[in-house]
Amino acid sequence: MKEPQIDDLKKLLKDTLPPAHGGELQRDLWPAMLQRLDQRTLRVPWWDWALLATVAAALCFFPGIIPALLYHL
Amino acid sequence: MELLERFAAGDVDAFEALFRQYQGEVYRWLMRIVRNTAVAEDLTLETFWRMHRAHARFDPAMGNCGAWLRRIATNAAIDHLRHARREVPLPDDLPATAQQPPAEQLELRREILRAMNKLSPRLRAVVLLALVEEEPYERIAEALGISESAVKVRVFRGVRILRKTLSQAGVHP
Repeated sequence: MKEPQIDDLKKLLKDTLPPAHGGELQRDLWPAMLQRLDQRTLRVPWWDWALLATVAAALCFFPGIIPALLYHL
Repeated sequence: MELLERFAAGDVDAFEALFRQYQGEVYRWLMRIVRNTAVAEDLTLETFWRMHRAHARFDPAMGNCGAWLRRIATNAAIDHLRHARREVPLPDDLPATAQQPPAEQLELRREILRAMNKLSPRLRAVVLLALVEEEPYERIAEALGISESAVKVRVFRGVRILRKTLSQAGVHP
């Protein structure tokens, strides 16, 4: 493909989709960022829940391990 | 301690300082790719969230935080385009440069958006950055983590697909 063909398409694209040139950010996003950080920090990963469920099930089905567990704690 | 070193060590105040310093730049870069203010704002937050999560991997000696953020932002934008494979909204908050009658211009714009949607998210990002926004290839390459020649190949491939799709729709650039 020749350079002029790319230029033709470039002109067409620029005529119909004017360059955004970024635009300016209308508001400070830091409060939203803080909110997101808090939400993500509070969220417990699914793996932790699975681990907790496994431990709870083990304690229910094999109560004999409770003294051993307490001893090691 | 330098700001970047403090950030790498997990200091939230340093993160806030970097956020305030770069949020506008990241937003403008994302607007060039997604062309929608609400999406660009959301992706700006996603970019900084990813940056915050990866603070331990950031090497302050590298120094160029802006380039690192542009790379993260570009990946976030491409992920967004990949997951939201819907019609690109008409950029109603962008200035119109219509030289043709509005109805014809609108139809042409619709065809071009349709053709752009046929491109993969990576190709679309490269085409928008290189041809519409006229970003230097070097900057695009840095943001995508590829070589300049790979950017040229992608532009070339994108143009070929666009021309073919537009020709099928009766538009001959």
